[in-house]
Amino acid sequence: MKSKSSETKTYQVALVGNPNAGKTTLFNALSGARQKIANYPGVTVEEVSSEADIDGTKVNFIDVPGLYSLEPVSEDEAVAAAVIHRENVDLLVCIIDGSNLERNLYIFTQIAALGKPVLVAVTMMDRMDKAGKKVDLQLLSERLHVPVVGLSGPLPGELKNLRTRIVEALKTRPIPKPVIERRTALAALQDRLLRMGYDFTLEQLDEKVHSGEQEFESFFADFPELKQVYDDAVAGTVNPIEPSARYHWTQQVQNEVISTVSKPKRKYRLTDRIDYVLTHRVWGLIVFVLIMVFVFECIYTFSGPLMDGIEAAFGWVGEKAGEHLPADSLLQSFIVDGVIAGVGGVVVFLPQILILFLLTSILEGTGYLARAAFLMDRLLGWCGLNGRAFIPLLSSFACAIPGIMAARVMPDPKSRLATILVAPLMSCSARLPVYLILIGAFIEPKFGPIWAGFALFAMHMLGFGVAIPVVYLLNRKMLKGKRLPFLLELPPYQWPRMKDVLIAMFTRGKVFLTTAGTTILAMSIIIWAAGYFPRSTAPAGMDEKQAAMHQLENSYLGKFGTAIQPVFAPLGFDWRISTAIVSAFPAREVVVPSLGILFALGEDAADDESTLRDTMREAKRENGAPLFTPWTAVGLMVFFALCAQCMSTLATVKRETNSRKWAWFMFGYMTALAYIGALIVKLLGDLFGG
Amino acid sequence: MKARISALPPLNDEVKRFQEMGLVAGTEFKVIKIAPMGDPIEIDLRGYRLCLRKQEMSGFEVEVLGN
Repeated sequence: MKSKSSETKTYQVALVGNPNAGKTTLFNALSGARQKIANYPGVTVEEVSSEADIDGTKVNFIDVPGLYSLEPVSEDEAVAAAVIHRENVDLLVCIIDGSNLERNLYIFTQIAALGKPVLVAVTMMDRMDKAGKKVDLQLLSERLHVPVVGLSGPLPGELKNLRTRIVEALKTRPIPKPVIERRTALAALQDRLLRMGYDFTLEQLDEKVHSGEQEFESFFADFPELKQVYDDAVAGTVNPIEPSARYHWTQQVQNEVISTVSKPKRKYRLTDRIDYVLTHRVWGLIVFVLIMVFVFECIYTFSGPLMDGIEAAFGWVGEKAGEHLPADSLLQSFIVDGVIAGVGGVVVFLPQILILFLLTSILEGTGYLARAAFLMDRLLGWCGLNGRAFIPLLSSFACAIPGIMAARVMPDPKSRLATILVAPLMSCSARLPVYLILIGAFIEPKFGPIWAGFALFAMHMLGFGVAIPVVYLLNRKMLKGKRLPFLLELPPYQWPRMKDVLIAMFTRGKVFLTTAGTTILAMSIIIWAAGYFPRSTAPAGMDEKQAAMHQLENSYLGKFGTAIQPVFAPLGFDWRISTAIVSAFPAREVVVPSLGILFALGEDAADDESTLRDTMREAKRENGAPLFTPWTAVGLMVFFALCAQCMSTLATVKRETNSRKWAWFMFGYMTALAYIGALIVKLLGDLFGG
Repeated sequence: MKARISALPPLNDEVKRFQEMGLVAGTEFKVIKIAPMGDPIEIDLRGYRLCLRKQEMSGFEVEVLGN
C-alpha cells in the first residue's frame, strides 16, 4: 500500500462526522466496487474501507464510525477518534448535515485544532431546500478556512465535483485554523497586553500572530510568562475549551451562513406527523408490536423454504461426494458427515440472518429504530438496560450472534455488557426444532393444539422472563463503574436507500460467516470425531440403524454421555437424553440428528419428525416405565431454553467483550440456570404427577 | 413546553456528554413528547431532536419560558 513513488501512492481519506449525517451513504457512493472489512486491533469495531481510482489518483476511503465528540465515550467513538488521529491519514472529509449545522459543526471545531488537512462536505441540501433554507457555501468555506462541497442526493454531478475536490485537497492540503482555540488564546493575549497598557483589537493581534511579525515576537522574549500565552496563540492550542464556547461559535457561524429564502417549513413537520402515531402512547405501542410480529413472520416464513433448500443441497452434495469416496471409510465419513454437514450447518442459518439484517437495516435507515428505543427505554430501563438494548435482544430471537454484535451501538459499557450477557437467553431459532419435536410428541397429542401453541409461546417468553432478574442482579452485584446518560438522537424520517441497506446486510452477513461459521465448522468436526471413534463392530443381526446406535453408544461421545448421566439423573434424563445434551453443547441444533441416532432411527430421522416423535413416545426406561412424561419433555425444553449450548455464541462473547472471563461466566450461569430450571420442572412433576 | 437551561450540575463525564450534545447553560429547548411510560422525553434543541431521561437531567436547573 505504501510506496515512495508518488504515482502509485494510495492516499488515505477518512470520512468523519456525526451519526445520521449521511456518512455511510456517501461512503457507499464514493467507494469502489469492493469494500474491505477489517478489525481494528484490540476492539470489535470493524473498519470498512474501499479503494477507488479518481482519474488516476488512488484513494483508500475509510468509513469511520459516527461520533459526536473527539473525546469518545463508546468503543465506536474511540475507534473513530483513533482513526482521525492516525498519522497516515492524508485527508479528513468532514461530513456535516446542513440541516443541523449547529450541532454538526461541533466536531469540526475539535478537528480543526488537529492541524490536519480537512475538506467539508455539507449533506442534506435537499432537506434544506424543502425547509426553505439556503446555506452560503462560499461564506462557510471562508469561516472554516477549508474547501466546502454541498451535496443533496448525493446527485451524480455533485459526487463528481466532490471527487475532484478531494483530489485537489490531497494536493493543496487545506489546514483549518483552530477556530475556537485560536480565538480563546488571542483573547487571553489581548487581555494580558491590555493590562500592560497595550491596546490591540483581536483582528490586529490575529494578523500579527498569523504573520509571525519579527518585532512583535521578540517583544515577548523579555517576558517569559507572557511568552507562553503568545506561543499558545501561535499554536492555537489552549485547554480545556468549554463546550459552551464551541457551541457559541457554531451558533454564530450557522446564523451567518444560513438564510431563509422562502416561507419556512419546519424540518420536522412530516416527522412529527408520523411520530404522532408511531410514538403515541397507544397507537405507538400497537404499531411497535405489529412491526415486531412482522419481522418474526418474515424471518420464519421466508427462511423456511430457503433453509430446506440449503439442507437439501448439502444433503445432495454429501451424497454425491460419498459416492466418489471409498464406502464406509474414515475419509468418506469425515468428508460427508464432518466437513460437508458442518459447512451446511453454518450456511443453513444464513437465510434468516440475512433476512433479519435486511429488516433491521431498513428500520435503521428510516429512523424507526431510534423511535423503538424511545418507546422501549422505560420498559428495559428499570432493570438497568436502556432502550438501545432492544435491537440486540430482538435480533437474539433469531440468533444470539448478530444480537451480541448489535450491542456495539450502545455507548454505555455497563449496559452493553449486561445486554451481551443476557442476549443468548432469548430463544434463538436453533431451539425451535427441539421445541417442535417435544411439543409435537408430548404436549399436542395429550392437551391439544391450543396448549401446544401456548407451550411454544411460553418457551419463547421463558428466556426473556429469566433475563430481567439476571440483568437486575448483574447491575446490582457484578458490573461496576459509572453509567453514561441515555442520550439518543431522533433523526427525521427518511426513505432508506436500497443500496445502503443491501451493503449493510451483506457486510453483517459476512462478519457472521467469518466469526460464527469457523467455530461451528470446527465444532461439527470435533463432534463428528467424538461420535466416530473408537470404531466398534456391531454384533451380528443388527440392522444398519441399530448398528449406528451401537457405534454411537460405544463412541467417546456415548461413553461421555453415559458417564455424565448420573449428573442428569435428578432431572429424569437417561443416557440417551444425556448423550444428546452433551453432543449439543457445541451447537444446540445438533440435538435433533443426535436423538435420531440415539433412538436407532438413523440421523435422517429429523426429516421424518413423526417417526422420531412416535419412537420417543414409546421409549422405555430400564424398569419399563415410559422414558418421557410430559414433565420430562417440558424439563428438557426448559433445559434447552436456558442452556448456553452454542460455542459460536461463546466465541462471539469472548471477542466482543475482549475477555475469556465473561464467556466462561455466561457458560457457567446459563448452564446452572438450565439445570435448576429443569430440576424445578422435575420436582413439580413429582409433586403433581404426570 | 419551552425552557432554558439556567445552571448545570458540577462538571463530570456525564454532564460533559450533555454539554457536547448541545445542552449548555443558556440553551433553549422545547419538550416535544413524553414516552408512553412517562420517560424518556423528546426535546427539540439547536434544530434537532434528542431523547433523554428526565431522571438523568435531575441536576440541571431549568427555567420555564412558557408553552
